[in-house]
Amino acid sequence: MLVHLRNPSRDVEVAGPIRIQRLLDDLGINRESVIVIRDGELVPGDAKLPDDADIEIRPVISGGAA
Amino acid sequence: MKCRVCRGPAVIDLPAHNANFCVEHFVAFCRSQVAKAIHEFRMLAPDDRVLVAVSGGKDSLALWDILLDLGYEADGFVIGLGIGEYSETSTAYARSFAEARGAKLIEVDLRADHGFDVPTAAAETKRPACSACGLSKRHLFDRAALEGGHAAVATGHNLDDEAAVLFGNTLRWNTEYLARQRPILPERDGFPRKIKPLVRLGEREMAAYCVVRGIDYIVEECPMAAGNKHLTYKDALNLVELESPGSKHAFYHQFLRRAADSFDAETTAHDGNRCSRCDAPSANEICAFCALVERCAPPAEVPIDLRARSSR
Ligand code: SF4
Ligand SMILES: [Zn+2]
Ligand SMILES: [Zn+2]
Repeated sequence: MLVHLRNPSRDVEVAGPIRIQRLLDDLGINRESVIVIRDGELVPGDAKLPDDADIEIRPVISGGAA
Repeated sequence: MKCRVCRGPAVIDLPAHNANFCVEHFVAFCRSQVAKAIHEFRMLAPDDRVLVAVSGGKDSLALWDILLDLGYEADGFVIGLGIGEYSETSTAYARSFAEARGAKLIEVDLRADHGFDVPTAAAETKRPACSACGLSKRHLFDRAALEGGHAAVATGHNLDDEAAVLFGNTLRWNTEYLARQRPILPERDGFPRKIKPLVRLGEREMAAYCVVRGIDYIVEECPMAAGNKHLTYKDALNLVELESPGSKHAFYHQFLRRAADSFDAETTAHDGNRCSRCDAPSANEICAFCALVERCAPPAEVPIDLRARSSR
Protein backbone atom coordinates (compact mmCIF):
# COMPACT_ATOMS: atom_id res chain seq x y z
CA MET A 1 0.00 0.00 0.00
CA LEU A 2 1.33 3.41 -0.94
CA VAL A 3 1.07 6.16 1.68
CA HIS A 4 1.73 9.69 0.53
CA LEU A 5 2.83 12.10 3.27
CA ARG A 6 3.07 15.89 2.91
CA ASN A 7 5.24 18.69 4.31
CA PRO A 8 7.72 17.48 3.23
CA SER A 9 6.19 15.41 0.47
CA ARG A 10 7.28 11.73 0.58
CA ASP A 11 5.91 8.22 0.00
CA VAL A 12 6.13 5.17 2.24
CA GLU A 13 5.17 1.55 1.53
CA VAL A 14 3.03 -0.11 4.20
CA ALA A 15 1.71 -3.66 4.17
CA GLY A 16 -2.09 -3.90 4.07
CA PRO A 17 -4.82 -4.60 4.85
CA ILE A 18 -4.66 -2.24 7.82
CA ARG A 19 -7.03 -0.01 9.76
CA ILE A 20 -6.39 3.73 9.54
CA GLN A 21 -6.13 4.08 13.30
CA ARG A 22 -3.48 1.35 13.42
CA LEU A 23 -1.60 2.86 10.48
CA LEU A 24 -1.44 6.26 12.19
CA ASP A 25 -0.26 4.66 15.45
CA ASP A 26 2.44 2.72 13.59
CA LEU A 27 3.64 5.89 11.89
CA GLY A 28 3.56 7.80 15.19
CA ILE A 29 1.02 10.31 13.90
CA ASN A 30 -1.54 11.95 16.21
CA ARG A 31 -4.98 11.50 14.61
CA GLU A 32 -5.88 15.06 15.65
CA SER A 33 -3.22 16.46 13.36
CA VAL A 34 -4.15 14.81 10.03
CA ILE A 35 -6.91 13.78 7.67
CA VAL A 36 -6.70 10.71 5.44
CA ILE A 37 -7.76 10.96 1.81
CA ARG A 38 -8.32 8.22 -0.76
CA ASP A 39 -9.40 9.06 -4.33
CA GLY A 40 -10.37 12.57 -3.28
CA GLU A 41 -12.55 11.37 -0.42
CA LEU A 42 -12.17 11.35 3.34
CA VAL A 43 -11.43 8.00 4.94
CA PRO A 44 -12.83 7.51 8.46
CA GLY A 45 -10.56 6.26 11.26
CA ASP A 46 -12.18 2.82 11.53
CA ALA A 47 -11.88 2.03 7.80
CA LYS A 48 -9.76 -0.94 6.83
CA LEU A 49 -7.56 -0.31 3.80
CA PRO A 50 -6.75 -3.10 1.31
CA ASP A 51 -3.14 -3.72 0.33
CA ASP A 52 -3.61 -2.06 -3.07
CA ALA A 53 -4.90 1.22 -1.61
CA ASP A 54 -3.20 4.47 -2.45
CA ILE A 55 -3.76 7.12 0.23
CA GLU A 56 -2.66 10.57 1.32
CA ILE A 57 -2.11 11.46 4.96
CA ARG A 58 -2.47 15.22 4.98
CA PRO A 59 -1.34 17.35 7.92
CA VAL A 60 -3.89 19.91 9.03
CA ILE A 61 -1.75 21.99 11.36
CA SER A 62 -0.67 25.35 10.04
CA GLY A 63 1.92 27.46 11.74
CA GLY A 64 1.52 31.11 10.77
CA ALA A 65 1.66 33.60 13.60
CA ALA A 66 -0.64 36.20 12.11
CA MET B 1 -19.03 4.27 12.09
CA LYS B 2 -22.44 5.82 11.52
CA CYS B 3 -23.61 9.39 11.01
CA ARG B 4 -25.19 10.84 14.16
CA VAL B 5 -27.99 12.38 12.13
CA CYS B 6 -28.95 9.90 9.41
CA ARG B 7 -27.23 6.67 10.55
CA GLY B 8 -25.64 6.39 7.08
CA PRO B 9 -21.92 5.63 6.73
CA ALA B 10 -19.83 8.37 8.38
CA VAL B 11 -16.73 9.90 6.79
CA ILE B 12 -15.42 11.71 9.86
CA ASP B 13 -15.39 11.19 13.59
CA LEU B 14 -15.27 14.17 15.93
CA PRO B 15 -14.39 12.89 19.40
CA ALA B 16 -14.65 16.40 20.86
CA HIS B 17 -18.32 16.45 19.89
CA ASN B 18 -18.82 12.77 20.51
CA ALA B 19 -20.19 12.53 16.99
CA ASN B 20 -19.59 11.03 13.55
CA PHE B 21 -21.00 12.51 10.37
CA CYS B 22 -21.63 11.67 6.72
CA VAL B 23 -20.61 14.29 4.13
CA GLU B 24 -23.97 16.05 4.03
CA HIS B 25 -24.37 16.29 7.79
CA PHE B 26 -20.74 17.20 8.36
CA VAL B 27 -21.16 20.22 6.06
CA ALA B 28 -24.36 21.13 7.91
CA PHE B 29 -22.50 20.75 11.23
CA CYS B 30 -19.72 23.15 10.13
CA ARG B 31 -22.24 25.73 8.95
CA SER B 32 -24.18 25.52 12.18
CA GLN B 33 -21.03 25.96 14.25
CA VAL B 34 -20.18 29.14 12.33
CA ALA B 35 -23.75 30.41 12.63
CA LYS B 36 -23.62 29.68 16.35
CA ALA B 37 -20.36 31.61 16.83
CA ILE B 38 -21.71 34.56 14.84
CA HIS B 39 -24.82 34.60 16.98
CA GLU B 40 -23.14 33.93 20.33
CA PHE B 41 -20.58 36.72 19.95
CA ARG B 42 -22.85 39.04 17.91
CA MET B 43 -20.35 39.14 15.08
CA LEU B 44 -22.63 40.12 12.20
CA ALA B 45 -26.12 41.41 11.56
CA PRO B 46 -27.89 39.57 8.71
CA ASP B 47 -27.27 42.29 6.12
CA ASP B 48 -23.75 43.24 7.18
CA ARG B 49 -21.22 43.11 4.35
CA VAL B 50 -18.10 41.26 5.37
CA LEU B 51 -14.55 41.20 4.02
CA VAL B 52 -12.86 37.81 4.36
CA ALA B 53 -9.09 37.85 4.75
CA VAL B 54 -8.13 35.09 2.34
CA SER B 55 -4.75 33.37 2.36
CA GLY B 56 -5.46 30.48 -0.02
CA GLY B 57 -5.23 28.08 2.91
CA LYS B 58 -7.99 25.79 4.16
CA ASP B 59 -9.33 28.01 6.94
CA SER B 60 -9.95 31.21 5.04
CA LEU B 61 -11.41 29.46 1.98
CA ALA B 62 -13.69 27.31 4.14
CA LEU B 63 -14.77 30.41 6.05
CA TRP B 64 -15.55 32.29 2.86
CA ASP B 65 -17.51 29.31 1.52
CA ILE B 66 -19.55 28.98 4.70
CA LEU B 67 -20.30 32.71 4.98
CA LEU B 68 -21.56 32.71 1.38
CA ASP B 69 -23.69 29.65 2.10
CA LEU B 70 -25.11 31.30 5.20
CA GLY B 71 -26.26 34.10 2.90
CA TYR B 72 -23.80 36.85 3.82
CA GLU B 73 -22.48 39.26 1.24
CA ALA B 74 -18.86 38.22 1.67
CA ASP B 75 -16.01 39.58 -0.47
CA GLY B 76 -12.51 38.11 -0.33
CA PHE B 77 -9.29 40.04 0.12
CA VAL B 78 -5.91 38.59 -0.72
CA ILE B 79 -2.44 40.09 -0.40
CA GLY B 80 0.48 39.10 -2.61
CA LEU B 81 3.14 38.73 0.07
CA GLY B 82 6.00 38.01 -2.33
CA ILE B 83 7.06 34.81 -0.57
CA GLY B 84 8.10 33.06 -3.79
CA GLU B 85 6.14 30.13 -5.10
CA TYR B 86 4.18 29.86 -1.85
CA SER B 87 2.56 33.25 -2.43
CA GLU B 88 1.87 32.63 -6.09
CA THR B 89 0.18 29.31 -5.40
CA SER B 90 -1.86 30.73 -2.50
CA THR B 91 -3.17 33.59 -4.60
CA ALA B 92 -4.01 31.20 -7.43
CA TYR B 93 -6.19 29.11 -5.06
CA ALA B 94 -7.95 32.24 -3.84
CA ARG B 95 -8.65 33.27 -7.45
CA SER B 96 -9.99 29.91 -8.52
CA PHE B 97 -12.27 29.72 -5.50
CA ALA B 98 -13.64 33.21 -6.21
CA GLU B 99 -14.22 32.28 -9.82
CA ALA B 100 -15.92 28.98 -9.01
CA ARG B 101 -18.27 30.67 -6.54
CA GLY B 102 -18.76 33.85 -8.52
CA ALA B 103 -17.55 35.83 -5.52
CA LYS B 104 -15.64 39.10 -5.52
CA LEU B 105 -11.92 38.96 -4.73
CA ILE B 106 -10.01 42.15 -4.00
CA GLU B 107 -6.25 41.89 -4.55
CA VAL B 108 -3.31 43.92 -3.30
CA ASP B 109 0.29 43.13 -4.09
CA LEU B 110 2.92 44.27 -1.60
CA ARG B 111 5.66 44.56 -4.23
CA ALA B 112 3.60 46.19 -6.99
CA ASP B 113 1.49 48.42 -4.78
CA HIS B 114 3.81 49.24 -1.89
CA GLY B 115 7.32 48.57 -3.18
CA PHE B 116 8.40 45.75 -0.87
CA ASP B 117 7.69 42.13 0.01
CA VAL B 118 7.78 40.04 3.17
CA PRO B 119 11.26 38.52 2.70
CA THR B 120 12.78 41.99 2.08
CA ALA B 121 10.96 43.39 5.09
CA ALA B 122 12.24 40.56 7.29
CA ALA B 123 15.81 41.13 6.11
CA GLU B 124 15.56 44.89 6.40
CA THR B 125 14.03 44.94 9.90
CA LYS B 126 16.04 41.93 11.14
CA ARG B 127 12.85 40.65 12.76
CA PRO B 128 10.90 37.44 12.12
CA ALA B 129 9.04 37.55 8.80
CA CYS B 130 5.75 37.03 10.60
CA SER B 131 5.93 40.39 12.35
CA ALA B 132 6.29 42.48 9.17
CA CYS B 133 3.81 40.18 7.46
CA GLY B 134 1.22 40.35 10.23
CA LEU B 135 1.56 44.11 10.52
CA SER B 136 1.07 44.55 6.77
CA LYS B 137 -1.92 42.21 6.68
CA ARG B 138 -3.67 43.98 9.55
CA HIS B 139 -3.06 47.40 8.03
CA LEU B 140 -4.17 46.48 4.53
CA PHE B 141 -7.25 44.52 5.66
CA ASP B 142 -8.38 47.42 7.81
CA ARG B 143 -7.89 49.84 4.96
CA ALA B 144 -9.65 47.62 2.42
CA ALA B 145 -12.65 47.14 4.70
CA LEU B 146 -12.99 50.85 5.37
CA GLU B 147 -12.65 51.69 1.68
CA GLY B 148 -15.04 48.94 0.66
CA GLY B 149 -17.63 49.91 3.26
CA HIS B 150 -17.55 46.46 4.87
CA ALA B 151 -18.99 46.21 8.36
CA ALA B 152 -16.37 43.72 9.47
CA VAL B 153 -13.16 41.92 8.59
CA ALA B 154 -13.41 38.15 9.09
CA THR B 155 -10.30 36.02 9.54
CA GLY B 156 -9.96 32.24 9.39
CA HIS B 157 -8.50 31.77 12.88
CA ASN B 158 -9.85 28.46 14.10
CA LEU B 159 -10.13 26.87 17.53
CA ASP B 160 -6.64 25.38 17.32
CA ASP B 161 -5.12 28.75 16.47
CA GLU B 162 -6.89 30.51 19.31
CA ALA B 163 -6.18 27.77 21.84
CA ALA B 164 -2.49 27.78 20.87
CA VAL B 165 -2.24 31.56 21.22
CA LEU B 166 -4.07 31.41 24.53
CA PHE B 167 -1.72 28.67 25.69
CA GLY B 168 1.33 30.78 24.80
CA ASN B 169 -0.09 33.89 26.44
CA THR B 170 -1.09 31.99 29.55
CA LEU B 171 2.30 30.29 29.88
CA ARG B 172 3.86 33.72 30.19
CA TRP B 173 0.82 35.54 31.60
CA ASN B 174 0.91 38.13 28.86
CA THR B 175 -2.06 39.92 30.36
CA GLU B 176 -2.20 42.64 27.73
CA TYR B 177 -2.54 40.03 24.98
CA LEU B 178 -5.00 38.01 27.03
CA ALA B 179 -7.24 41.06 27.19
CA ARG B 180 -7.36 41.24 23.42
CA GLN B 181 -7.89 37.58 22.70
CA ARG B 182 -11.54 37.70 21.76
CA PRO B 183 -13.41 36.31 18.77
CA ILE B 184 -14.76 39.82 18.15
CA LEU B 185 -13.09 43.19 18.47
CA PRO B 186 -15.64 45.97 18.07
CA GLU B 187 -15.10 48.78 15.61
CA ARG B 188 -13.27 51.75 17.16
CA ASP B 189 -11.44 54.92 16.07
CA GLY B 190 -11.07 54.05 12.43
CA PHE B 191 -10.47 50.32 12.91
CA PRO B 192 -13.16 48.07 11.45
CA ARG B 193 -14.80 45.33 13.50
CA LYS B 194 -12.73 42.11 13.52
CA ILE B 195 -14.37 38.74 13.78
CA LYS B 196 -13.20 35.12 13.95
CA PRO B 197 -16.23 33.00 13.03
CA LEU B 198 -14.29 29.70 13.06
CA VAL B 199 -13.58 29.67 16.81
CA ARG B 200 -15.90 26.70 17.33
CA LEU B 201 -14.21 24.56 14.66
CA GLY B 202 -10.82 22.89 14.76
CA GLU B 203 -8.11 22.62 12.18
CA ARG B 204 -8.94 19.03 11.30
CA GLU B 205 -12.57 19.96 10.68
CA MET B 206 -11.56 22.79 8.34
CA ALA B 207 -9.25 20.59 6.28
CA ALA B 208 -11.96 17.90 6.11
CA TYR B 209 -14.53 20.51 5.13
CA CYS B 210 -12.41 21.63 2.16
CA VAL B 211 -11.95 18.03 1.01
CA VAL B 212 -15.65 17.16 1.11
CA ARG B 213 -16.60 20.45 -0.55
CA GLY B 214 -13.97 19.98 -3.27
CA ILE B 215 -12.16 23.20 -2.35
CA ASP B 216 -8.49 23.14 -3.40
CA TYR B 217 -6.20 24.97 -1.03
CA ILE B 218 -2.50 25.31 -0.35
CA VAL B 219 -1.39 22.43 1.87
CA GLU B 220 2.27 23.47 1.92
CA GLU B 221 3.35 25.58 4.84
CA CYS B 222 4.62 29.11 4.43
CA PRO B 223 8.42 28.70 4.32
CA MET B 224 8.73 31.61 6.75
CA ALA B 225 6.75 29.81 9.47
CA ALA B 226 9.57 27.41 10.36
CA GLY B 227 10.57 27.43 13.99
CA ASN B 228 7.35 29.10 15.00
CA LYS B 229 6.37 28.43 18.62
CA HIS B 230 2.71 28.06 17.74
CA LEU B 231 3.40 24.69 16.19
CA THR B 232 4.86 23.46 19.47
CA TYR B 233 1.83 24.69 21.37
CA LYS B 234 -0.52 23.06 18.89
CA ASP B 235 1.30 19.73 19.18
CA ALA B 236 1.16 19.94 22.96
CA LEU B 237 -2.56 20.69 22.96
CA ASN B 238 -3.24 17.88 20.50
CA LEU B 239 -1.53 15.42 22.84
CA VAL B 240 -3.92 16.52 25.58
CA GLU B 241 -6.86 16.42 23.15
CA LEU B 242 -6.08 12.83 22.22
CA GLU B 243 -6.39 11.73 25.86
CA SER B 244 -9.21 14.08 26.69
CA PRO B 245 -11.36 15.08 23.72
CA GLY B 246 -12.92 18.53 24.03
CA SER B 247 -10.00 20.00 25.98
CA LYS B 248 -9.13 22.63 23.39
CA HIS B 249 -12.71 23.81 23.22
CA ALA B 250 -13.00 23.97 27.01
CA PHE B 251 -9.65 25.72 27.38
CA TYR B 252 -10.54 28.53 24.98
CA HIS B 253 -14.28 28.89 25.44
CA GLN B 254 -14.18 28.67 29.24
CA PHE B 255 -11.47 31.31 29.17
CA LEU B 256 -13.87 33.58 27.27
CA ARG B 257 -16.71 32.79 29.62
CA ARG B 258 -14.94 32.90 32.95
CA ALA B 259 -11.66 34.73 32.68
CA ALA B 260 -11.39 37.07 29.70
CA ASP B 261 -13.29 39.91 31.41
CA SER B 262 -10.78 40.13 34.22
CA PHE B 263 -8.11 41.31 31.81
CA ASP B 264 -10.15 44.15 30.32
CA ALA B 265 -8.39 46.89 32.28
CA GLU B 266 -5.17 45.91 30.54
CA THR B 267 -6.21 47.14 27.11
CA THR B 268 -4.49 50.34 26.24
CA ALA B 269 -6.92 52.84 24.85
CA HIS B 270 -6.02 54.43 21.57
CA ASP B 271 -5.66 58.21 21.72
CA GLY B 272 -7.28 59.11 18.39
CA ASN B 273 -4.14 60.25 16.55
CA ARG B 274 -3.72 59.55 12.85
CA CYS B 275 -0.82 58.61 10.63
CA SER B 276 0.28 61.69 8.71
CA ARG B 277 0.79 59.66 5.50
CA CYS B 278 -2.16 57.28 5.26
CA ASP B 279 -4.55 58.55 7.92
CA ALA B 280 -4.72 55.19 9.68
CA PRO B 281 -5.13 55.35 13.46
CA SER B 282 -1.64 55.54 14.95
CA ALA B 283 -0.07 56.58 18.22
CA ASN B 284 2.95 57.85 16.31
CA GLU B 285 3.27 60.50 13.63
CA ILE B 286 3.78 57.74 11.04
CA CYS B 287 2.03 54.40 11.43
CA ALA B 288 3.97 51.13 11.61
CA PHE B 289 3.02 50.16 8.06
CA CYS B 290 4.12 53.47 6.50
CA ALA B 291 7.34 53.25 8.53
CA LEU B 292 7.91 49.77 7.09
CA VAL B 293 7.26 50.99 3.55
CA GLU B 294 9.74 53.81 4.03
CA ARG B 295 12.35 51.45 5.38
CA CYS B 296 12.00 48.75 2.71
CA ALA B 297 10.91 50.42 -0.49
CA PRO B 298 13.77 51.58 -2.72
CA PRO B 299 13.57 55.26 -3.69
CA ALA B 300 11.61 55.71 -6.90
CA GLU B 301 13.85 55.93 -9.97
CA VAL B 302 11.07 56.88 -12.33
CA PRO B 303 8.58 59.68 -11.71
CA ILE B 304 5.42 58.16 -10.29
CA ASP B 305 3.18 59.21 -13.19
CA LEU B 306 5.40 57.48 -15.75
CA ARG B 307 5.41 54.15 -13.98
CA ALA B 308 3.27 51.49 -15.59
CA ARG B 309 0.51 50.55 -13.19
CA SER B 310 -1.35 47.32 -13.37
CA SER B 311 -4.99 48.06 -13.93
CA ARG B 312 -7.02 46.83 -11.01
S1 SF4 C 1 3.72 32.23 8.36
FE1 SF4 C 1 4.33 34.31 8.88
S2 SF4 C 1 5.30 35.10 7.03
FE2 SF4 C 1 4.15 33.28 6.42
S3 SF4 C 1 2.18 34.08 5.74
FE3 SF4 C 1 1.95 33.54 7.90
S4 SF4 C 1 2.41 35.45 9.02
FE4 SF4 C 1 3.16 35.70 6.92
ZN1 LIG D 1 -25.79 11.87 7.78
ZN1 LIG E 1 0.34 55.14 7.68
